[in-house]
Amino acid sequence: MLSRVAENIYWLARYVERAENTARLVRVNSHLVLDTPSGITPGWEPLVDITGLRYYWSAVEREANERNVVRFLIGDTNNPGSILRSLAAARENCRTVREILPRSAWEGLNELYLFAKENVQSGLTKGGRDHFLDGIITGSQQLTGLFGSVMYRDEAWEFARIGRNLERADMTTRIIDVRSTDLFADDLLESRSLDTLQWISVLRSLSGYQAYRRHVAIRVSRSEVLDFLFRHSMFPRSFMHCLDAVDEGIGELANNGRALRSIRSLKRKLNRTDVASLNQKGLHDFIDDLQRGIITLHSSMAKTYFPPPLPMEEAS
Amino acid sequence: MPIELKDYDPGPFFDEMMAGKNRARPIAKELIGLFRKMDSEELAARQAAADMAIKEMGITFTVYSENDGMIDRSWPFDIVPRVIDKAEWDIVEAGLKQRVKALNMFIDDLYHDQKIIKDGVFPKEVLADSKNFRPQCIGVNPPHGIWAHICGSDLVRDDKGTIYVLEDNLRVPSGVSYMLENRLVTKRVFPELFDSYNPLPVGDYPTQLYETLTCLTSRQLKRPKVAVLTPGIYNSAYFEHAYLAMEMGAELVEGRDLFVDKDDCVYMRTVSGAQRVDVIYRRIDDEFIDPEVFRDDSILGVPGLMRAWKAGNVGLANAPGAGVADDKVVYAFVPEIIRYYLDEEPGIPNVPTYRCMYPEEREYVLEHIEELVIKPANESGGYGMLIGPRSTKAERREFQKLIKRNPRNYIAQPTLGISTVPTVVGETLEPRHVDLRPFILSGRTPSVTTGGLTRVALRKGSLVVNSSQGGGSKDTWIVESGS
Repeated sequence: MLSRVAENIYWLARYVERAENTARLVRVNSHLVLDTPSGITPGWEPLVDITGLRYYWSAVEREANERNVVRFLIGDTNNPGSILRSLAAARENCRTVREILPRSAWEGLNELYLFAKENVQSGLTKGGRDHFLDGIITGSQQLTGLFGSVMYRDEAWEFARIGRNLERADMTTRIIDVRSTDLFADDLLESRSLDTLQWISVLRSLSGYQAYRRHVAIRVSRSEVLDFLFRHSMFPRSFMHCLDAVDEGIGELANNGRALRSIRSLKRKLNRTDVASLNQKGLHDFIDDLQRGIITLHSSMAKTYFPPPLPMEEAS
Repeated sequence: MPIELKDYDPGPFFDEMMAGKNRARPIAKELIGLFRKMDSEELAARQAAADMAIKEMGITFTVYSENDGMIDRSWPFDIVPRVIDKAEWDIVEAGLKQRVKALNMFIDDLYHDQKIIKDGVFPKEVLADSKNFRPQCIGVNPPHGIWAHICGSDLVRDDKGTIYVLEDNLRVPSGVSYMLENRLVTKRVFPELFDSYNPLPVGDYPTQLYETLTCLTSRQLKRPKVAVLTPGIYNSAYFEHAYLAMEMGAELVEGRDLFVDKDDCVYMRTVSGAQRVDVIYRRIDDEFIDPEVFRDDSILGVPGLMRAWKAGNVGLANAPGAGVADDKVVYAFVPEIIRYYLDEEPGIPNVPTYRCMYPEEREYVLEHIEELVIKPANESGGYGMLIGPRSTKAERREFQKLIKRNPRNYIAQPTLGISTVPTVVGETLEPRHVDLRPFILSGRTPSVTTGGLTRVALRKGSLVVNSSQGGGSKDTWIVESGS
């Protein structure tokens, strides 16, 4: 498989997963707002930092209220991390690798992009937001399902799997970070019911509430939720599960020494840490640490498998 | 309201499907009958369904616009198929094979002994001024002596019903993917039409293309590595490049994916290391394929590609230098070229053409410029032309100057009243002008697509069929009459 194609498929999968997870992130916060007793408002600005998009947000120069942050995350064409831009980028990547992917993958992605483009305005309204976000999540999952059910299991599949799971691992930690950041003022966190409410909503945002209730515990507690989301190997959006999938994918590739070392080091980091006992600050730092590990893993993939950067890009 | 065709009036033009108002040609009888039974809202609804299918299937072409840069647009398609009788097509097909065979012999001769020039049949000065003659290719022997493996010739029909060749495209002709997609869309929108008609299938083109390409390697491999070389996503035909690669199971590569090693072989950069490439279907113009030999500022191509090709280590289709025959002045000589190499009369005539390089013909052109279409030798996509009857005085003066300054670069042809086909306009059918681009493959044996791509000028009265200038397309059916 061509190095350029491998890179495009990897990014295609990452962008689709990113769009889905951004939609989830906005949905968690929106539902949290609805569930919160009146008079108490969880902030929206933390979402900007959680998605790592502070740099682009600064260019917007708007008040960090619900309307502006939601617009920024779902439809801002100047924000390369917005849902619309992620899907546009995925579609561009797909255009260059159409001959490798199942034909219906292009059609599915094209439809998803058109859905996002045509519905983004209504997605900005309170009434239309759920429909929009659900459409993005369902559409992304359809694509993932399509890949899983019809794609030939060659390197293209492995790069898609690695890209998707790496992005998912990254976003799982970011979504958990919603909780560890100051969504509520400190004195409010004392309130137990509010605390539980938020953890339920984090689980729901990762579609993990049911699994957690059935297989882990009836009671939703912070430490058990953390352990579930980071380390439970049977929940497909847990950090550990994603890393295992990446590890497996890399294992199928040639010349995988460097990438394997990166993924193994990241797994060791996770295994050594007792996440359940981390306090707020400790959790935040740990997540930062994991994200640095993801970046290292990405660059070891790039060095081994992706084409050298274009001379023009180096210059800029 | 059912669709009325009693007001359908192609005027002085030949209509491909209607022999007169309300009277279908025999070959189109059932088709027209079906449309007549259709309610006008239904017609519009079917067209809308086709447009939607094209949008969903992501069948696009790319256009440049000064304000927005690159735009990926849905492919404009008209649902009414254009039907051609198989008996007539057989004659056209034979004529096209003959033409491309002669053109390949001509190109091979130009890069070797130039007998046709020595024998005084083709003027030396035309070759001397040729923009697409590549001295770097002199003496090269591509497999089977074939240079133009893929040729797209444009055909038109005049008001008397005669089919002419309008031009030959031997560099990187586009459109075949749309021919294939048009059929798929028609099947989706009009499944019932296929019950009464049995148009000959078009879908085996990618297989034939693959076979044509694999005969360009001398290596005895079970599966030679074939690559389609594209300038990239911003090229107007990118959709087609990707489509053909996909259909052939070939690699779609950009220049930066390839390199030529010290052994003069071509390799691709892959995730498991370098992998040798046997044949390249290149969709990049000559000047950009190898910065070592042609334009050194090109980043689209592959340094050393010409070395590898000359050493016989990689097959290139079309061969570099094949474009020498893709010159409108050369076109004017094709009937002579056919007679010279094959000792046969051309099966399909050329449109009568005046060659401005000859003083007598030039004088005629300068005097009758108002009635003629003036074409520069090496433009494509309908650019740089003058359509006499629709030109302003200033434009005509400008072209007269251009012709006098560089007579060899211009030809002129009478304005043809090209044929029409019923086309959906709102909720009814109106005549619109069409041409036809069949694709001719030359490998061990030649083959011609069943029909080709019918392009249609969607604007009323317009003769411009290029998609980059607002043209659309139609499915083209070759049908056995009586079937």
